[in-house]
Amino acid sequence: MNKIIYRKARLILEDGITFEGKSFGHESSTAGEIVFNTAMTGYPESLTDPSYRGQIIVLTYPSIGNYGVPANTIQHDLSEFFESDQIHAKGLIISDYSESYNHWNASKSLGEWLKEEKIPALFGIDTRQLTKHIREHGCMLAKIVFDEDLPFDDPGLRNLVSEVSTNEKIVYGNGKFKIMLVDCGVKNNIIRYLLQSDTTVIRVPWDYRFQDEKFDGLFISNGPGDPVQCSETISNLKDALQADYPIFGICLGHQLLALASGASTYKLKFGHRSHNQPVIQVGTPHAYLTSQNHGYAVDNESIPDDWNAYFTNLNDNSNEGLKHSTKPWFTTQFHPEASSGPTDTSFLFGEFIGALEGYKGKKVLGE
Amino acid sequence: MEKIKKVLVLGSGALKIGEAGEFDYSGSQALKALKEEGIVTVLINPNIATVQTSEEIADIIYYLPVTAFFVEKIIEKEKPEGILLAFGGQTALNCGIELFRTGILKKYNLKVLGTPVEAIIETEDREQFANLLHGIGIKTPKSIAVTSMEDALKAAETIGFPMIIRAAFTLGGQGSGFCNSMLELRQLTEKAFSYSSQVLVEESLKGWKEVEYEVVRDKYDNCLTVCNMENFDPLGIHTGESIVVAPSQTLTNSEYHKLRKISIEIVKRVGIVGECNVQYALDPHSEDYRVIEVNARLSRSSALASKATGYPLAFVAAKLGLGYGLHELKNSVTKTTPAFFEPALDYLVVKIPRWDLNKFHGVSKEIGSSMKSVGEVMAIGRSFEECIQKGLRMIGSGMHGFAANKELVVDDIESSLSNPTDTRIFVIGQAFKEGWTVEQVYEKTKIDRWFLAKLMHIHQLEMELAQFVSLDSLPTDILQEAKKAGFSDFQLVRLLFKSETMGQNDVDIFKIREFRKKHGIVPYVKQIDTLAAEYPAATNYLYLTYHGAEHDIEFENDNRSVIVLGSGAYRIGSSVEFDWSGVNALQTIEKSGYRSVMINYNPETVSTDYDVCNRLYFDELSLERVMDITELENPFGVIVSTGGQIPNNLAMRLHNQNIKLLGTSALSIDRAENRYKFSEMLDKIGVDQPKWRELTDMQGIFEFTEEVGYPVLIRPSYVLSGAAMNIVSNKSELQYFLDLATLVSKQYPVVVSKFMTDTKEIEMDAVADKGNIILYAISEHIEFAGVHSGDATIMFPPQKVYVETIRRIKKISRQIAEELNISGPFNIQFLAKDNDIKVIECNLRASRSLPFVSKVLKTNFIDYATRIMLGQTVEKPNKSLFDIDYIGVKAPQFSFSRLSKADPVLGVDMASTGEVGCLGDDYYEAILKAMLSVGYRIPKKNILISSGPMRSKTELLISANYLATNGYQLYATKGTHLFFLENNIPSILVNWPDVKESPNAYDMIRNKQIDLVINIPKDLTEEELDNDYTIRRASVDFNVPLITNARLASAFIYAISKYKMEDLKIKSWDEY
Repeated sequence: MNKIIYRKARLILEDGITFEGKSFGHESSTAGEIVFNTAMTGYPESLTDPSYRGQIIVLTYPSIGNYGVPANTIQHDLSEFFESDQIHAKGLIISDYSESYNHWNASKSLGEWLKEEKIPALFGIDTRQLTKHIREHGCMLAKIVFDEDLPFDDPGLRNLVSEVSTNEKIVYGNGKFKIMLVDCGVKNNIIRYLLQSDTTVIRVPWDYRFQDEKFDGLFISNGPGDPVQCSETISNLKDALQADYPIFGICLGHQLLALASGASTYKLKFGHRSHNQPVIQVGTPHAYLTSQNHGYAVDNESIPDDWNAYFTNLNDNSNEGLKHSTKPWFTTQFHPEASSGPTDTSFLFGEFIGALEGYKGKKVLGE
Repeated sequence: MEKIKKVLVLGSGALKIGEAGEFDYSGSQALKALKEEGIVTVLINPNIATVQTSEEIADIIYYLPVTAFFVEKIIEKEKPEGILLAFGGQTALNCGIELFRTGILKKYNLKVLGTPVEAIIETEDREQFANLLHGIGIKTPKSIAVTSMEDALKAAETIGFPMIIRAAFTLGGQGSGFCNSMLELRQLTEKAFSYSSQVLVEESLKGWKEVEYEVVRDKYDNCLTVCNMENFDPLGIHTGESIVVAPSQTLTNSEYHKLRKISIEIVKRVGIVGECNVQYALDPHSEDYRVIEVNARLSRSSALASKATGYPLAFVAAKLGLGYGLHELKNSVTKTTPAFFEPALDYLVVKIPRWDLNKFHGVSKEIGSSMKSVGEVMAIGRSFEECIQKGLRMIGSGMHGFAANKELVVDDIESSLSNPTDTRIFVIGQAFKEGWTVEQVYEKTKIDRWFLAKLMHIHQLEMELAQFVSLDSLPTDILQEAKKAGFSDFQLVRLLFKSETMGQNDVDIFKIREFRKKHGIVPYVKQIDTLAAEYPAATNYLYLTYHGAEHDIEFENDNRSVIVLGSGAYRIGSSVEFDWSGVNALQTIEKSGYRSVMINYNPETVSTDYDVCNRLYFDELSLERVMDITELENPFGVIVSTGGQIPNNLAMRLHNQNIKLLGTSALSIDRAENRYKFSEMLDKIGVDQPKWRELTDMQGIFEFTEEVGYPVLIRPSYVLSGAAMNIVSNKSELQYFLDLATLVSKQYPVVVSKFMTDTKEIEMDAVADKGNIILYAISEHIEFAGVHSGDATIMFPPQKVYVETIRRIKKISRQIAEELNISGPFNIQFLAKDNDIKVIECNLRASRSLPFVSKVLKTNFIDYATRIMLGQTVEKPNKSLFDIDYIGVKAPQFSFSRLSKADPVLGVDMASTGEVGCLGDDYYEAILKAMLSVGYRIPKKNILISSGPMRSKTELLISANYLATNGYQLYATKGTHLFFLENNIPSILVNWPDVKESPNAYDMIRNKQIDLVINIPKDLTEEELDNDYTIRRASVDFNVPLITNARLASAFIYAISKYKMEDLKIKSWDEY
């Protein structure tokens, strides 16, 4: 085995703090918002999660690349192992990199994949020091610089959702329940979960006017960035709130539905990005561990009267979901679809399907 | 929540293989959790050296056996409302099940807190449990439970070879093993049946990954997994024998969460309230899995998981047992976020077992499905390389990491790779050196290629470093990479300075150190905070890493830190007693207004609980690391006298670096440790000692031996628990053992001394202040000299020692204390024959017996010692051993049943893995309680005696007569039978095992016709007749109590003649 020589590059933060690391990804400079994720598994899932659009991810777990990267095989029109068709993160920062990997489903090393996808990545950085810095000073802009410098780039200033949403309507499955899925950057695992039941999933662009079409339930997906950027979606959702069909929103979808119903959102200091966010179902002793990836949250104080908090974060009491007091509408800030992360709350998909059954049954009776 | 006022907690008894210090930690945490609620706690645990059996931890303590008989008596007396069964290992759990089955729990209306007994029973019966899992669609290995040999053979046809045989209801895989042929199947099955009436014949999943999860659940059905762990060694090696990594390293997110989800489903189905461990086999070629084991209690793994994550599983489990929900409890590290969370690690840990197989005669070095290791270490770092190298140093087997070790002689690498032994990881290193690739090693070991690639990285770095001939030519990038990969400065000395002798003094090590520091290559202190820095945590749980650029904590530089060096991995000769000493030192330091700082790396201990000190460095006890820490802490001083031999050995080296040691000076420690200097000193102050001579050449030593006569004792300087120490009876043995001894320690000479037979051994434990003895305890061994003090049965206060002897011992101790100007704890061992007193050993540190005498005397020796070391003036206590009107007896616990083929005899080399200490109104009551606590049973009827040489035959005569008159049936082998005949003691002649005629000793033991075996070896060497060995081994294998020492046998017989079970008083510690 020949010793690999890794090229050095710098990570420069908005406030001037600089780290030197070694490159194991694409050797080009890049800029974005820097965020940390404390999950211990799931780097292929995270990197392909559209919600990370425009962001440089710091993984706090130190040893990364261990099990390589699977081949992008397709199953039922969806990537089998990834959450979308490409890496959305702008860069990756880790402590210790394993070029040697081993796993039955791996086809290449993490470095090889990052190079193919032209994503820069550095290792050999004190990611704990970096994480503490972000925790104390909040999420900030950052850039990975090789030879050529480049300006900072604030992804929060543009509509990231438009960059990650589908351009066209795509239909999956052919089942009893028709679900209109507004794609703000949907993770494949949400679609996989919905398709486990007797459903047809109609995936449409983020600004698609779904109001005139027939379907049994509406799903609003996760996605990147500041929810207020998606004014078209919010406006469509205001119409949906006049109807009676079940609605389920996850993450950005939750925030958008909250905004449509009159609540407000704010930016968290450094967001929730981990597999161990504890939430409690309000009014019960039932707690769940959830996977999360968000920088914005719904303001508890702004929740309209006909909505109730569904879940609350046990760490910081931030809002983790909403439930309408009379209609079959509910949302979660966390990711019941996990991937990556714990699957404790996947029962919520069952709840949604149950709501669809109830709605459809009523509709049939009504007709 | 209904309020419970008094709770009974069952401990785990003496430390044994498979059930060790982790249960002191678990129990202590549980007791703390109860105490916080204002609940009165009653603890039953005869393990007197533990922290949990100390004042202020439990309210009422019984040093009595954890058996249904005694527990019922205590329940009757104490009338507790609740009982905790999950914190004392399998011992407590089995006892709890018996209490349930016999209706005792119901009779006294005693509520089991936590997981209901019915649920525990469900998990303990493998077949029933497998069916339960299948019912919820969870896979287990194909397995057939059988109750007869015939059914076992039938089951084997269905399963097919290779397969695994397991005994149900046993600890740590006892009576289990793999078999590849009908012959092996028959042998193993027979053995398994001797442990349990139910035996499992199972499919073998050799080569699959082994992964485990620690799960907690509350009464609201809230559930989480605190940690998962992956075994470096694939399935087939008991998890206690495996190198284990946390969190898992080679599992994808999908695999991780699939197994996590199944763990939660199991725990919910069983109805656990508290903690549970779930172990899996995971196919390395798919996501297929099997659940292989579930432990519905705190376990070795849960202690490891607590230390690995900072999540106090036992503490939380106890609270859940009281009815709390996880979301209602706080995360003990952050203090702000709830206990309902799963720790996110930003480091990894590696656990490595510590074996002491060299201590036993005849034991196989192969490791497999049953546990043999006696301790473990945990290394924390930010890369696998860093962790594994740290860990391999920590186990203290003479290796310096994965690389730069002395050449390992491996006859057959291929077979050593595929048949794992305690040194397999070093065989992998040797294979790499000889050109093996990762793929080739994988083929033989099935260890995941990821782990092997990491080891290969270390090997390649070693080769790269070896190409440089001086420090100045070494690029700092490579030095940095080496330090990140866990290379110690000592390893670098070896590789850069080339000579084998390099590094023997510390000068070279400090050359590397200075060079590193000049180039800014230093380790950084990081916190374990449970949330990977997401939330601020003012934790004191720390480790050092080279993968860092900033310290997590600030150093006060106020000279108020007092650093206590811990005892490292538990091993034969060093275990929970030093943990007790360390923890007590920390408590006194804190009470005295200093910052208490602990350095230790043993996850089984209480001293590595971040709750017991102001700052815990979970890191190496090497000169390099202790220097790293002292440079940062700038302490008031360092205490080296409470952690056993590891810190003691560092004393001189730290002193040479101008580190301030508290208490007795390093020079005095050296004078006591170096046997040559010590003997010289005794001569100087006119204290008698056995004739000795320092070995310089063989000829001289043979001449010396001729002069004093055999037997002689040979030993190197700086040893603990008799390593390479031996009694030799003739010239050829002498030659053989001298070769061995010089291998163990090259740096120090070997001392030969006259060995005295039929001599009493007496110990002095004391604390002195500037050479003036402040308090002391004198205790007496029941066995004559020749049995290692760690294996001896010891009584305190002494019962059969002349007053004159005691007077002389006190005088000599005073002289030694004064001469060495001792400030702190020390221990002297004496030989006494008539009133002739000789000193054999002196240690200027806390001894193994210190917690025992402290608790019997109810005077905390460590507290006194620590106050003295801190420079405080202490008053002599006004109580002495002459004031107490009860007796304490300390008895050893052996784990021979775990050590297949090992000869269960006692000698100068220590073999016990643990001990108990019990109190009684007289000597016989105390010894009987103590022996019952280490697994002896009062025999019902039949006793088999082989009484050995004439002097032990004579010794046993009166007691044999007692037995006969008390209605026991004696069976005796030939010589003993004849001797009994001559002395009119009735006995039945039994044939030696090799005589194929009935009655045959082996057959009788195997058929459980014998209730007690007394087998006294013919002489003290390892030359033993096969027949005696067969009898002793059969006793162990078929679980029949065995005594191999005539004086101990007599004492036991006197005791059972005087006391019946019903007569033993149920008195708590404070009632004495």
